[in-house]
Amino acid sequence: MALATIDPRLLRDLQKLLGRDAVLHKAEDLLLYEYDGSVEVARPNCIVFPRTAEDVVGIVRLAKQHNTPLVGRGAGTGLSGGAIARNGGIITSFARMNRILEVDAENQRARVQPGLVNADLSLAVEQLGLHFAPDPSSQKACTIGGNVSENSGGPHTLAYGVTTNHVLALEAVLPGGDLVHFGSAALDAPGYDLTGLFVGSEGTFGLVTEITVKLTRLPEATKTLLAIYESVDEATETVVEITARGITPAACEMMDGWTIRAVEDYVHAGFPTDAAAVLLIEVDGLREAAEYEAVEVADVCRLHKAREVRVARDARERDLLWKGRKNAFGAVGRLSPTYYTQDGVIPRTKLPATLRRVSEIGEKYGFSIGNIFHAGDGNLHPIILFDARDKRQFANAVAASDEIIQFCIEVGGSITGEHGVGMEKDRLMPLLFSEVDLDLMRRVRDVFNPLGLLNPAKVLPTAKGCGEIHVRPAAAMAGPVSP
Amino acid sequence: MTSASASLSARIAEIAGAKNVILDPAELAAYEIGGRAPWAAVRPESAEQIGEIVKFAAAGSLAIVPCGARTKLGMGMPPRQYDLALDMTRLDRVIAYDPGDMTLSVEPGIPLRRIESALVEHRQFLPLVVPFMDHATAGGTIASGVDSPLRQFYGTARDYVLGIEFVTGDGALAKSGGRVVKNVSGYDLHKLMIGALGTLGILTKINLRTFPLPAATRAFVVAFDAAAGAIALRHAIAGSALRPLVLEVASHGAAELTGTAPSSNSAWFLIASFAGTAEILERCSRDLHRMAEQSGAGAVEPIREERLFVASRRTCEFIPAALASSPGAAILKLSVLPANMLAILDATAKAADAGGLRWAALARGVGVIYIALLPPARSEEALARVARATTDIFAKCAALDGNATIPWCPSEWKSALPIWGPERGDLGPMRALKKVFDPRDVLAPGRFMGGI
Repeated sequence: MALATIDPRLLRDLQKLLGRDAVLHKAEDLLLYEYDGSVEVARPNCIVFPRTAEDVVGIVRLAKQHNTPLVGRGAGTGLSGGAIARNGGIITSFARMNRILEVDAENQRARVQPGLVNADLSLAVEQLGLHFAPDPSSQKACTIGGNVSENSGGPHTLAYGVTTNHVLALEAVLPGGDLVHFGSAALDAPGYDLTGLFVGSEGTFGLVTEITVKLTRLPEATKTLLAIYESVDEATETVVEITARGITPAACEMMDGWTIRAVEDYVHAGFPTDAAAVLLIEVDGLREAAEYEAVEVADVCRLHKAREVRVARDARERDLLWKGRKNAFGAVGRLSPTYYTQDGVIPRTKLPATLRRVSEIGEKYGFSIGNIFHAGDGNLHPIILFDARDKRQFANAVAASDEIIQFCIEVGGSITGEHGVGMEKDRLMPLLFSEVDLDLMRRVRDVFNPLGLLNPAKVLPTAKGCGEIHVRPAAAMAGPVSP
Repeated sequence: MTSASASLSARIAEIAGAKNVILDPAELAAYEIGGRAPWAAVRPESAEQIGEIVKFAAAGSLAIVPCGARTKLGMGMPPRQYDLALDMTRLDRVIAYDPGDMTLSVEPGIPLRRIESALVEHRQFLPLVVPFMDHATAGGTIASGVDSPLRQFYGTARDYVLGIEFVTGDGALAKSGGRVVKNVSGYDLHKLMIGALGTLGILTKINLRTFPLPAATRAFVVAFDAAAGAIALRHAIAGSALRPLVLEVASHGAAELTGTAPSSNSAWFLIASFAGTAEILERCSRDLHRMAEQSGAGAVEPIREERLFVASRRTCEFIPAALASSPGAAILKLSVLPANMLAILDATAKAADAGGLRWAALARGVGVIYIALLPPARSEEALARVARATTDIFAKCAALDGNATIPWCPSEWKSALPIWGPERGDLGPMRALKKVFDPRDVLAPGRFMGGI
């Protein structure tokens, strides 16, 4: 990779604007910002740390003046390369814009800066009986600005929705240098839903500088169950049957036998290592509702031949059940120098067929593939274990992953449920969208980002043609943060 | 008919079939907007036909307004130009329904009632219980952005529309989103379509998430002497562990118009409904009674009707009932933070009473408030009173950082009233988006905010 250098005049202007301590440009510093949680790598020319929206306006104007690409970045936990400077340029880190500006408990609103860590918001409002519902597994590190960019999900989105369902208003700096406001703290801002359009635009429309979110009341009671199965099909049918009984669990997670064994080996959560699948199901709400639903769920699990159903009796037992799920990616990381996590979505009734196909694909390429997924909403995270130092394995991992995605699309699903398209899947977009769709999306992006300086070469394929597989540059792949 | 329009109608007939083109002025009256009828209405049967019609319209500088049951054509400004009504009622199929996946794909012309009966077999439903419920279509509901009392629990269409296919102003068939409940591939263009009144695209397919029907629901009406008590109870419930399906505060007039007023002659009512098993409902009832007592309520009466969602089925018809109750009815939509609901209700009462206007208010617990100003006539004098009251109410709403629009009023008043509320700072990007989706201004031009 060519050594990234920065135009000295741009560097001087940035230092003048932000102070010398808010601009990184030395090679050893740049190295830290060339990757995120994905398998992608690209070197930026510099990293800047604004403290205010005015700083961001200044940065955007300088980038425009120097015709330099600009990429926003939160904690860098993203799994699709959204925060990587694919074409080089300036990375704007929001690490120093991480304050809670206002908590309005009465109206269940909070106004925050983009660099605020997701879990810190929930922690700050917990004593008020509130939380910020979107809870990506990386929530102890990832930022709300990043969540907004990626429209992040998490295990509890089945009942509570994803980020976009909790964002009411945004302040952002557009690539032209304008500071804009979309939406309002009060509901139903008149006009087109620009807030809804902006959330999930993966940092290609503007740099978000302030976010107004809804806070959700903590449930009075929560019940967590673990059901152990000897057949994946039975576990899947359990998921369908639970909703058929009128119950929408707060969370409904599944792990296959391979993953269970990897996890148990590491976490010792008490998972039986001969099981084919476990379901981790959580119901919450009024005490009476949680109790009733827990009984119903356990009943459905047994009807579908669950070998055992464990119900957590207290918070400690609940944490133990979740420990296995939350540490699954860490456990897998011990088994292989590198792994690649997919993020396909399928209609959940297609789970058994999809798992069979994933297993066939693994055999075809000679990989172990573990399966962890948000079963309730059909969001799969197959984990392919391989050694990235081996070029052939790398290429095969990409090919296997593409075959899995191809199958997801065939059964009516999507290429990404919560990780984003970024630079990982832009080339796969034509499998889902027509040239007309993509052209329209491109022109919508151009409304906000006409010169394409902001987060270039993301989301939309840069070249025409479809399904072409290219091998990414060799990368130090790791899974610092799980999806 | 002139020869020019004869050739136009011949081309439209070629696309959609002669029997699906309406030219008879008597029939076209049904498509009038603001007293103006289009020169033709056409009933296409496919997205492809719509694409052809739009291309033809774009080439001939014609303007199209899509419609379904035509219950909400009065919303927004009358279009600047209106040549062709695109009657979507032949696109009325359920394209796919997967109860196990809880997803539904429909054509826009399908009545919500038909969706309801298709879903109930599998004990599922859509939480769209909206004005004109007996006639409303899926497409009209989404395009108009009307809300449902069930939003208290289920959110609004933007929370459960999974994807939309639409025809742009260029006549191209495009889409965004998908059919799965979780999906972040591509930009959420479909969110723009919700409430856009057909100005960005003509919906041809709507994918939605469905929800399980609750075992049972139970609704209550709590009487109060003043709005303050009802709002205090709203705050108490919102701050409690209860998760009501519906939580609304209605003035006496609104309760009467929606058939939710019990025998008591109280000035204000709180309407709440809950879902669950008998035991859960018992708990909700107990807590509600306790909180009602603490907020100084009068009687707490159940709505005695066995149907599910009985409260929302009644209050969803507030707007149609108000429109029918006065020839000059104006419906204001205000949204404020919940803590400001009482202030805006007080300001409304003051402004309407000062103008000698009969009025009714229905406030959803989430802070979205519908005010009906009900003058006795549709006259210049009535307009002057409505305009004065609106000015005061909108000023108060703006001072509280709220949003205010007038979704319904007599069409000849619209140029004199702030239909779309005060001008917004984000109108620039909205105009730019309109140019992207409809560069030649074919789709309902002028109907939306800021002349879009």
